[in-house]
Amino acid sequence: MKDFNSDFWGIYIAVIVIVSMIWLGYLVVSQSKVKLKKGEKAEVTGHKWDGDLEEYSNPLPGWWVVLFYATIVFAVGYLVAYPGLVAFGNVWNWSSTGQHAQEVKKADDKYGPMFAKYQAMPIEQVAQNPEARDIGKRLFYTYCIQCHGSDARGAKGFPNLTDNDWLYGGDAVKVVETINNGRHGQMPAFGAAFGEEKVRDVANYVLKLAGKPNNEARATRGGDTFKQVCMACHGADGKGNQSLGAPNLTDNIWLYGGSEATIVETITNGRDNVMPAWQAFLGDAKVHLLAAYVYGLSHNQQ
Amino acid sequence: MENQATYNYKVVRQFAIMTVVWGIVGMLVGVVIAAQMVWPQLNVGPYFHFGRLRPLHTNAVIFAFGGCGLMATSLYVVQRTCNVRLISDKLAGFVFWGWQAVIVLAAVTLPLGLTSGKEYAELEWPIDILITIVWVAYAVVFFGTIAIRKVKHIYVANWFYGGFILAVALLHIVNSMEMPVSMWKSYSAYAGAVDAMVQWWYGHNAVGFFLTAGFLGMMYYFVPKQAGRPVYSYRLSVVHFWALIFTYMWAGPHHLHYTALPDWTQSLGMVFSLILLAPSWGGMINGIMTLSGAWHKLRTDPILKFLVTALSFYGMSTFEGPMMSIKTVNALSHFTDWTIGHVHSGALGWVAMITIGSIYYLVPRLFNREEMYSVKLVETHFWIATLGTVLYIASMWIAGVTQGLMWRAVNPDGTLTYAFIDAVKASHPYFFIRFLGGFMFLSGMLLMLYNVLRTAFAGRPVNAEIPAVVAHA
Repeated sequence: MKDFNSDFWGIYIAVIVIVSMIWLGYLVVSQSKVKLKKGEKAEVTGHKWDGDLEEYSNPLPGWWVVLFYATIVFAVGYLVAYPGLVAFGNVWNWSSTGQHAQEVKKADDKYGPMFAKYQAMPIEQVAQNPEARDIGKRLFYTYCIQCHGSDARGAKGFPNLTDNDWLYGGDAVKVVETINNGRHGQMPAFGAAFGEEKVRDVANYVLKLAGKPNNEARATRGGDTFKQVCMACHGADGKGNQSLGAPNLTDNIWLYGGSEATIVETITNGRDNVMPAWQAFLGDAKVHLLAAYVYGLSHNQQ
Repeated sequence: MENQATYNYKVVRQFAIMTVVWGIVGMLVGVVIAAQMVWPQLNVGPYFHFGRLRPLHTNAVIFAFGGCGLMATSLYVVQRTCNVRLISDKLAGFVFWGWQAVIVLAAVTLPLGLTSGKEYAELEWPIDILITIVWVAYAVVFFGTIAIRKVKHIYVANWFYGGFILAVALLHIVNSMEMPVSMWKSYSAYAGAVDAMVQWWYGHNAVGFFLTAGFLGMMYYFVPKQAGRPVYSYRLSVVHFWALIFTYMWAGPHHLHYTALPDWTQSLGMVFSLILLAPSWGGMINGIMTLSGAWHKLRTDPILKFLVTALSFYGMSTFEGPMMSIKTVNALSHFTDWTIGHVHSGALGWVAMITIGSIYYLVPRLFNREEMYSVKLVETHFWIATLGTVLYIASMWIAGVTQGLMWRAVNPDGTLTYAFIDAVKASHPYFFIRFLGGFMFLSGMLLMLYNVLRTAFAGRPVNAEIPAVVAHA
């Protein structure tokens, strides 16, 4: 892609750069005319400031002048190989995107066959292969631990991947789907619709569903609301719905926490949770290995 | 007009004292954030979190410590080398108090989280406007004094100070173009890659003009003065001055290698950064060679030690800088602590040391004393500062290269060998050594404060008389 719509700018840049280089060269040349003869000492210039400040008129050190010229010569060569003078085009057709594409291709050529081998195997089988699990683990360490943690046990708002409790389903196909396309889990906010009291009632019913201590009277009232509103996603029995990503509320496994205060917060403000999509970035082969690793985290223990 | 026969030392004294005070404040914050890197639990509350203290540290050391040092010395040097009192005492006073106001406002707003998010230009728009006004006043005082000079030729130190003042005005105004949305929030006038380029054009020239040209001005006065020798080469001054101020303007893109910045801009930024090597070394050569015939003074004179060590670190970091701007080297060094080490070899080794040496030269003269209260303490300060700087730089080199190598290490299957946290763990011991180095440097500054105060109280504030102009050819 060209950086400019008009050729003018290429010329503009080239002219300024070339004039600058010439000017820098001239600057050195202009002050290099006077040289000391062997054994001759430099004179002071004759100007004096603040009593005793003076200057010698020593010539420029020769090695320094050579260094200066050398950097200019190098600069000219570099600008030919890695174009900086836009007007002069691109002699060897170098570009940073091209260089990147080349490196990616090199890596694909080198590592592709290894990944392809595993991609041909079903995920359940890859999950049992120690070498494949090592690769998957390293991929996980690079791309996943920022949210899910190095032990894959997640954090508040980030699911634990080792407990075989799945928001969207834990079979191989679903895990691949989740990694490929990402997920966007949304729980609507009910604070305004319910009011404070009703929210607490529902929260107590949710506590009851999970088998946790709760206020009986509130839970009873909350249950009515639950059956009118919440069951649409979480189901009449509160066991959730994996096609929507609605969590099972009966298993005492919590994405945000299971205290009454946290549940009240969840119902009041809703939740909005995003897992990014990785297919375009990682490619199918790596997703396959990652999915196998994640699959193995919970299924291998059984 | 009773003051006409003397120089205005009052504003120099004010700035000189505040140089030491802000040096301690800025470096203390630096030591705190260095400690936070070693012991993360020291990140307390939103106000004293690393993310807010780090810009406070950089602003305090660059603009408060460095700025006061530059203003103290430039206003001293311009008077002494022009044989004339400052053009306006009132305006000079305004520059002092205005600059202190900027610093205090920075110290309040940055911990509050008020920031425009541009590195080294974090201060929000009302403070930006105040900076502009104070800076213009500073320029008027400086150039006004040059204009009424009694000596025909303008001394080389003043070229550098003048270049620094003009360029910083230009940089500040262009980079701070922003649209206010409220009293303490604004958005940059530029977007995307253009914004990044303007920011790093500013950022690198803050280094080139604020932290280099200005301090070279300092060097050109205090090194020949303290050594009692003429400047080595007038010709070298001419070439390296023009080459330096011209070439720095191009170097910014090396902060944006391998980014969305167009390839041609990156290439130009890299080659001009390399060309910068010779002009930078021109200054170092001119400073160090000024000592020929006076090398023996280094043994006994700790002030000269500060000045010459500063020049050595200047030479080292201006070699390192062009090397790091080479794209292949940058691919390893970028985003690592190597950059932090590089910056501090410039900031501690060059900027702070040349400033400390110059202030030690100034203080006895400003308070009518023969020398500092304790020359021994100056000597001690020198060794603590040097050792601290070496510890700081060496630890960050090791940490930086370690990080760079760990980040790029790959397994036989092409996956990364190390998770990010592995590199953090590997860096931890070096973070501690860095903390130690910084702490030593800060301790030296405390010695300096004590020494300066003892000197000041032993003497009395004076304004030196303006001598008759020396006749010259």
